[in-house]
Parts: sequence; C-alpha cells; structure tokens
Amino acid sequence: MSLNDLKPGKVGKVVRITGDRAVRKRLLDMGIRAGGEIRMIKAAPLKDPLEISLGNGHISLRRKEASLIQIEPISD
Amino acid sequence: MASRRQVKIALAGNPNSGKTSIFNALTGAKQKVANFPGVTVEKRVGYRKFGLYDIIFVDLPGTYSLTAYSLDEKVARDFIINEQPDVIINVIDTANLERSLYLTMQVIEMGVDLVIDLNMWDEAQEAGIEVDTDKLARLLGAPVAKTVANRGQGIDNLLQAAVTLIESDHDDDEEIESETPPEPGRRDRRRGRRGHSRPHHHHRHHRHPPVSYGPNLDDIVKNLADQIETCRGCEFCHNPRWMAIKLLENDPAITGRCFPGWRGNQTLAGSLNESIEHIKATTNEEPEMVITEGRYGYVAGIVREVMKKPQVDRMMASEHIDNVATHRILGYPIFFIIMWLIFQATFKIGQYPMGWIESGVGILQWAALSILPAGMLSDLIVDGIIGGVGAVIVFLPNIVILFLGISILEDSGYMARAAFLMDRLMHLLGLHGKSFIPLLMGFGCSVPAIMSTRTLESQKDRILTILLIPYMSCSAKLPVYILIAGAFFGAAAGNVIFGIYILGILLAVAAAYLFRKTVLRSESIPFVMELPPYRRPTTKSVLIHVWERARIYLKKMGGVILVASIILWALGYFPRKTEYSVDYEARIEQLRTLETEQAEAKAAELEAMKASEEVEYTYIGRLGQALAPVMDPLGFNWRMGVSLVTGFFAKEVVVSSLGVLYQIGEKGEKEAESLMKKLRDPESGLSKLVAFGFMVFVLLYTPCIAAIIAIRREVGWRWMTFTVVFQLALAWLAALVIYQGGRLLGL
Repeated sequence: MSLNDLKPGKVGKVVRITGDRAVRKRLLDMGIRAGGEIRMIKAAPLKDPLEISLGNGHISLRRKEASLIQIEPISD
Repeated sequence: MASRRQVKIALAGNPNSGKTSIFNALTGAKQKVANFPGVTVEKRVGYRKFGLYDIIFVDLPGTYSLTAYSLDEKVARDFIINEQPDVIINVIDTANLERSLYLTMQVIEMGVDLVIDLNMWDEAQEAGIEVDTDKLARLLGAPVAKTVANRGQGIDNLLQAAVTLIESDHDDDEEIESETPPEPGRRDRRRGRRGHSRPHHHHRHHRHPPVSYGPNLDDIVKNLADQIETCRGCEFCHNPRWMAIKLLENDPAITGRCFPGWRGNQTLAGSLNESIEHIKATTNEEPEMVITEGRYGYVAGIVREVMKKPQVDRMMASEHIDNVATHRILGYPIFFIIMWLIFQATFKIGQYPMGWIESGVGILQWAALSILPAGMLSDLIVDGIIGGVGAVIVFLPNIVILFLGISILEDSGYMARAAFLMDRLMHLLGLHGKSFIPLLMGFGCSVPAIMSTRTLESQKDRILTILLIPYMSCSAKLPVYILIAGAFFGAAAGNVIFGIYILGILLAVAAAYLFRKTVLRSESIPFVMELPPYRRPTTKSVLIHVWERARIYLKKMGGVILVASIILWALGYFPRKTEYSVDYEARIEQLRTLETEQAEAKAAELEAMKASEEVEYTYIGRLGQALAPVMDPLGFNWRMGVSLVTGFFAKEVVVSSLGVLYQIGEKGEKEAESLMKKLRDPESGLSKLVAFGFMVFVLLYTPCIAAIIAIRREVGWRWMTFTVVFQLALAWLAALVIYQGGRLLGL
C-alpha cells in the first residue's frame, strides 16, 4: 500500500520509494527513506496535503508524492 | 603576528534551525542583505571584530541537503566551493540532531573546517534529550558548542571555538612544528591552508574522519579518489574524495566542471563507469540514492552513540495546537481571521502613519514654497524632489507592518501551517501554499506584496507569484473604479466594482495556467515542507527582520523610485507652455477685480482651462495624445489616454489627471461630483461600455513605477520587462474585446 492509504494515527514502515530521481532524492533528503517509520498525523482540511511524523519532526507532503511511497503497516 | 587578519565564516544549517538567530546574535546590527551573484537568493553578510580578527559572517540559505536540484542548495554549495570560507558554523536544532547531521555529513565531505553548533539546547533539555557533546566532537572531528540563540546564550563560546579552529590552521601555516597538542579526534594535520595565496590543487588533509558509506562503497570511493588525486586534468578538484562522490552521484553541476579532466583520463573514466555499473548491479539503485542511504546510516550510527532521548515526542505540544489550528472545520476560520487582521493592520492602521507622512511632506513643500522664489527651481524642489521622496516613503508604513506580521507568522511556525491549509487551493494555480499571503497582500499594495514573496523557497514559485500579484487589484486602483463606476453605473456601481475584482482573480487563474504551460514550464521539485514545532517569536528577531526589509526598501528601491518619480515629474512638467490660445492671465486678473461670485467662478474655470492646456503641452500630454490611434479602438478619448499614461506614476493619479484634463475647477468633494457629471455628459462621447473597458484596462495594465521597481529588485530585468509588456498587451486586448464585442452586441 502507499502512504496515501495510511489512516491518521497509524504507523507504517517505508518499503520502497518510486518516482523520478529528483523527487526520490528530495524525499530522501527530507528523511523519508526505505526502512524508516512514518506516522500519519492527518490530511489538510481539503484532503491534500498530508502531515506525517518521522519521529522527530513533522513534514507535509502532497498526495501525489505520498503515492510514490510504498509502505507496510505496523501494528501499533 | 599582531597584524589584523580578515576571516570569513559561513553559517550553514536546516531551515528552522535558528540559523538566522545565531547570525543575528553573532553580528548584531552590523549586517547587510544582498543577493548571491547571478541569482535572487538572499545573502546576509555581517561583520564583527574579535581579538585580532575582522570576521565576515555569511548566512547561507537554510537547506536540508547540498544537491544541484534546488537553487538554494546550489547557491550554498557554490559559495562553499568558490568563496572557501575559513570555517563553517553548522547550526543544528539539537532536538532534531539526526536530520541535521545529514547536512553536516555533506559539509564534511566538502572538506571544510566546521564548528558544530547545537542550538536550541534548552528546548532539547526540556524535552529530556541528552547529547554527549565530547563524544560528538570526537566522532565528527569538529568542535561542538551549545547555544540558545534567542537568549544569546553560548554565542561567545561558539565564536571562540570558530576562532580557535582558525588559529590552529594559522599555526599550521606559520609553524608546522607547533607544540599545540592536537585536538581530540584529529587524525592528521592539514598542511597548507587552502587559501587565496596557495595553489588550489594542493592536496588537503582533513581533520574529520571521512564519512563512511559502508565497506563496499568506501572502497569504490577510495579507489576513484586515488585516481583523481593523480589526475592533473584541471585545477578544479582540490578535494579528490568529494569529487569521487560527486562523480558517482552523477551531479550535473560538478561533472560538468570536471568533465575535461576525466574525459582526458581514460582510466578514470573507465573506472567511474565500471563503479557506477557495479553499484547499480549490486543494489539495483542509482549510486546517488545508495550514497544518500550510506550517509543516513553513518549518521544513525553517530546519533546512537551520542544521543539519549525519551520516548516522548517533542511535537506533542505542537500537535495539540494543531488540533485546533489545522482542524478540519476550525482551521480555515482561524486562518482567515489571522489574514484579515494582518491585512487590516497593514492597510488600515497603515493609513495613519501614511497620513502623517503626507502631512509632513505637505509642510515641507509649503516651507520650500515660501522660501524659494517662484519658478522652475522651486517647482523642481517642491513637486519633483519633495513630492518624489514623499512617494517613496509613503509605502514604508505598509511594508513595516506587513513584515511585522509575516515575521511573527514565520517565527512562530504558523506560516508553515498556513501553507499546509492553503496548498490545495494554491496548487490549482501551480503555486505553493505560502504564495497565498503575497497574493492576498496584492489587494492592498503590490510593493509590499512583491517584497513578501521572499518567504517562498522556490525561485519558480516566486516568479509566478510575482507575475500574478498585479491581477490582485491594489487599493490605489479603487478611486478610479469609484469615479468611473459612480459616473456610469449609479446604484449598480458596487456590483460592477466587485465584478472587476473577481475578473482580476479569474484572469490570474488563466494567466497562471498560461505561464505554466509556456514561460515557466520547468518541472518543480515536489512540495515537501517541514512543519516545525510552534515557538514563541522573539522581539529581537522580529524587529531585525522588519528593519532589514525597511532598509532594503529605502536603500535598494527608494533611490530608483525617487529618480523615476523625478523623471516622470519632468515629463509631466516640460516643455513649458508660454503661449496660450487665450490670454488667460489677463482675463483672470480682469475677472478677479470685479470681486463678484460669478466672476470668481468664471476665473476658476479659466484657470482650469489653462491647466488643461499646460498638461496637453507636456511630453506626457503629447504621449497620451500620440497614443490616440491606439486608444481609439478601445473607445478611449485622448484625455483618458493621457490620464492612463500619468497612472504609470501611481494609479490614483489617473483620477486627478482626469480632473485636470476635464477642466474641473472645484476642489474637494465637489471635484469628484462635477468630474462624474462631465464624464457622463454626452459631449464626452463616453458610454457605459467604454467606462467598463476603461476600468478593466486600469485593472490590468502595467503596475505603477514603484511596483515595477520592486519586481526588478526581486526577479530581475527580464521578468520585469515581461510583466510590463504582457500586462499592457492584456489590458489593451481585454478593453478591445469589451468595446468592440459590446458594440457588435449592440450595447
């Protein structure tokens, strides 16, 4: 499943990031990387963008980029 | 030894790491803002004397990485390569150590001496986070200082650490056999400062342990670095290891510079290709990503060693605030109330100081008039210079209040939430959520609005936002609408004016689409934005930011606006008319001797006629009349043409020009009334259709001179010219469609 499908409050583990090089590099630079854990905080009132937590900090990204992030849910 | 030495210290760090607060604390008020060469990325430079050193501080753009993908990152990186700062102070948000160290690794890779500044130390402590600073210093091979920038704590220690580092280099230069004991973790001593006097290809040894990407990759990097070391292809690479990494990453900005070297060196080119293929085959991934992962792995190792953190998320408090601030339902009302407050403060409260400035200018003009003998010099000083200075500083209150608001939003962390809330809507325009604020401010005044695009990180977003700001009808255009709509649309005037505003927004949407498909087509980097924890803004940082903007406006733009205003004044003043169609002076004098009310009114009328003849005679008047063939298809008469030309100075001038050209003698409230009457008069040849076309033209045509200069300052000559030409063409076309289309429809 992609990050888009993660429900608020749930935690997922990043399996793979797809997309072109610049986008993947940017996500990686922001700390979104394979093996890392992501907690979904919420979506903005208009459903896009999303707010996620990477442990230490919160990051906002659009659904378009979130769809590139493949995760597997972790029972939390 | 006692001679003063000039040293350069650059500040690098993530956005929201408090880097600018550190910069402010280090330099105090002794700073100035310019652009990095060739780009409009802001460069803050500050000065300080410390012991025997004259220190120049440069605040690099806040970045998470140092790639070639984003302009800010490229600028920061180029600065490090080209300007070779003596030391880099790497500002780190202590509680966010892991992410911050990722950037640190890239600075270390570049082989620059650095001091690690663990900033917001207090916040980390409150969150129960412990960092073993000695161990961190040992692992990184760099001194570590602790600071709390907004309270000014630890700043002297930080500076001392930087200077000590420079001194130890200095000792290397002066006396290689120095007795100073090596610092902990210092592996080998650098010989020969990479300095301005030393040859660049001089091999440098770094005191930092090299960043490790795992044994496999480390071997590949070392092998390539050894080959680069012996390659004498160019002067550029004085840091073989870094060059090896960049070649593996296939970083276009770097390989481009190295190309002649490694192309000439077939062995190196071969090994590079082989290495890249090997990495791809074994990891099934681009080397760039593998290296990035390697850096993260290395950082994670360091963090595990030095940091103890509780299981409590430091974002807890912020999450509670966000439960309200970005709430599904409450989020927008709160946002709009904040926007409304800032807008009202900027433009409504701003009116008071603007009024004082205007009266001040008036008093000065009056004083000058009473001192100077009447004549050209007096006119130049009173109307040209004092009037011009007034036209410049009249924007200052808006700018100061708006940036006060923006600084508070930025420093508190709410700006990122505003972008989070508005991103979906702004994305429809191809913009970032943060673009909302500059666009909103455009309804007040384009000048502060254009300046506020500085808060946008991407250059493309800034250009597009600036191109769209003029469609947000500024408050100076309102008097024109009120006059014209009042004259022709009676009770419906309010609706017509509202329609004009909506039309501007709709055209902005269309223009945004057009620009993105044509002139601004390049693919943008994705919107990935940090939502920093909420923090209390400090007065000092807010005031410094406001002061900085005010100074930029006065110094960088004020002079140009002043000169432009004086030129415009001269164009509206010369050539002087000496012969009139009627001997007005004599007749007015004659009428005044009668001392009756009727004669006085007649005299005023004659004066108005005289003034009108004078305006017609000036260069601006002639230009307006020469434009008649262009204005004809729009149904505009020459008076409207001239008034539009004078609107270049400031939009509200269109109204007063029409007053003069329609020979309105009365002053005050009656002026508007009688002007409306004159415009409505069938003799004027104007219809509702022409009036509407005129309002649309005013909405769309070139922004005023101050806004144009603000655009040039923010995005350069090319975009300024583009906006001016595009807006003029669009305004003309729109008015043409309205007039000719309306006539076809029989309106």
